[in-house]
Amino acid sequence: MAKEAVLALRGISKRFGAVQALTDVDLEVRPGEVIALVGDNGAGKSTLVKTIAGVHPIDDGTIEWEGRAVAINRPHDAQDLGIATVYQDLALCDNLDVVANLFLGNEVRSAAVLDEIAMEKRAMELLDTLSIRIPSVRIPVASLSGGQRQVVAIARALIGDPKVVILDEPTAALGVEQTAQVLDLVERLRERGLAVILISHNMADVKAVADRVAVLRLGRNNGVFDVASTSNEEVIAAITGASDNAVTRRQARTATAGTDKEVAK
Amino acid sequence: MSDTVDKERGESGPASDALTKTPDAAATGDGAAVDPRLLVREQGFAGYLTDFKRRLKGGELGSLPVVLGLIIIAVIFQSLNENFLSAGSVSDIGVYIAGTGIMATGIVFVLLLGEIDLSVGSVAGVGAAVWAVLSVTNGVNDWLAVVIAIGSGLAIGTLHGFFFARVGVPAFVVTLAGFLGWSGLQIWLMGSEGSINTPEGSVVEDLTGYYFEDIAAAYGLALVAVLAYGAALLTDAKRRRAARLPFRPVSEIVVRTAVVAVVAFVAAYVLNQSRGLPLALVLFLAVLVLADFVVRRTTYGRQIFAVGGNAEAARRAGINVERVRITVFGIAGMLAAFGGLFIASLSGGATKSLGAGNTLMNVIAAAVIGGTSLFGGRGKIWSALLGILVIQSIQQGLNLLGMASEIQYMITGAVLLAAVVIDSVSRRTQKTAGRT
Repeated sequence: MAKEAVLALRGISKRFGAVQALTDVDLEVRPGEVIALVGDNGAGKSTLVKTIAGVHPIDDGTIEWEGRAVAINRPHDAQDLGIATVYQDLALCDNLDVVANLFLGNEVRSAAVLDEIAMEKRAMELLDTLSIRIPSVRIPVASLSGGQRQVVAIARALIGDPKVVILDEPTAALGVEQTAQVLDLVERLRERGLAVILISHNMADVKAVADRVAVLRLGRNNGVFDVASTSNEEVIAAITGASDNAVTRRQARTATAGTDKEVAK
Repeated sequence: MSDTVDKERGESGPASDALTKTPDAAATGDGAAVDPRLLVREQGFAGYLTDFKRRLKGGELGSLPVVLGLIIIAVIFQSLNENFLSAGSVSDIGVYIAGTGIMATGIVFVLLLGEIDLSVGSVAGVGAAVWAVLSVTNGVNDWLAVVIAIGSGLAIGTLHGFFFARVGVPAFVVTLAGFLGWSGLQIWLMGSEGSINTPEGSVVEDLTGYYFEDIAAAYGLALVAVLAYGAALLTDAKRRRAARLPFRPVSEIVVRTAVVAVVAFVAAYVLNQSRGLPLALVLFLAVLVLADFVVRRTTYGRQIFAVGGNAEAARRAGINVERVRITVFGIAGMLAAFGGLFIASLSGGATKSLGAGNTLMNVIAAAVIGGTSLFGGRGKIWSALLGILVIQSIQQGLNLLGMASEIQYMITGAVLLAAVVIDSVSRRTQKTAGRT
């Protein structure tokens, strides 16, 4: 935990009309660390990720990038900082081949002419370093299996040399072996010193690759746990709110009372 | 479940999801070094053949059905009328295809986006009317009038694109409105005169009336085309080899170049037997080469395919989807107006009904028969040439046989249906083979 956070969210709030989607959420992401973001449906995971990715600008709070406050208002801002997002629906073009998809919007070119050979070479190198196996880099993405498409989508996020990679349910629709391949890839990202934010509903995946688990509940932080020293039950309790009992409520009350007093002073 | 278990499972897992579509590659892949799942093409000519067979089985027919269709058309009409393949007849086909072919090239751009442009016929009419009114009636410089006519097509197309991309009206409706509206403008421009004849020696008359009579022209163009094609393939293979990527074997390059050479020189020979190399054909080929380069080799072309394949993915990749859509409709309008000038040249002048009738249908049919998908993201610029060749050959053949135009409509309709059926069936085969 010695490393400084590459990305830190402080007191983030986001409101959609009458719905308060996020309230005062904090999150720190450090390089070389996989932080899992878990929570029930509607807990605000996707909204939080979209605020980081620049899809929804935040209403309140600050986003710090390497220690200084930044504004992320558009997807482009996030990309420029070095935040890459792999959405659940992959966002690949089925009709284009793997190379074209990897470099889409980021093509290697001289003037306006594509340099296919440079792109193909870099694509092979990237896929090699990530130990990604696909039949050929020159076949349309439509002919790849679900797991292969997912790893291509993740590899695509790495083309711009990001520092933070956000994966939105990368294993949701995958079989056993394919899930394992994606989890391997997540570990390789960590080994390369990237910070990974992993959204998942699957506690087994979270336990397998994450270093820390941040739980969201009803748009608020509901604890950050160290994976190694926390049981599944504790995390699940935080997700479902089973820990939302008299004791915790009382603790929360006294804590707020304490801060209120400080403010009053 | 610990993470080491996961790791092991991932790395030592058997190749259980070996792709069923690569039996050839799996069977011939040389053992331990190559992952059987990898679709590595063998080097050498055998590899080329295996790859070709695999594509056929997988339903990637490419241009094969159209080329076969053309051969069948040629054989049938030649057996019915020995003049069909005569030099004069072939030369006529070469001139007649230029106008609709150029318009079809614009339609290919639109189809690649997964959209449709129903207005190209009317835009062609407006282009011809603008040129005729400016140049003939008002005495504007001929070249300037041509440029303004093409520019008006560009402006009209861009307007369609604006309503489609920015305002969000379906392209079908926008261009349907354009189809009616622009043909109204065309009639209004032509005014009381029913038609304006092309003056002698004007630029537009030369578009389809000029032939390079020196036989060196046709042979020279064929030679340049073949050399450029072969050299491009060779340099590409050399660069790929240097980058240690899979490259085309020399044998494949020789075969491809030889096929192109045979086609080019036979065409040049036949054209020289008649009136020489037609300017119309040269301009059409130039449009095709330029458009093909833009579509396949530039960032802009890549963006067209991306928007046609998955507009949302393209948007997230930072592509300005609106700009791509607007410009593509602009290109279609521009090429429609350009093609309209060829049609005016052929029919001896601009008329109130130029571009009406079956022009629109022929143009769209050409693009589809040539193999460009109606559903976006798949197709080639060259399909405009192949498709219009099919349509024009049928018309030429039926004209020679003295058949009435109603029969021509029915036959062209049947060919279009056949082309779409082949497209749909091959797509289904591709799906079962894991390709879309």
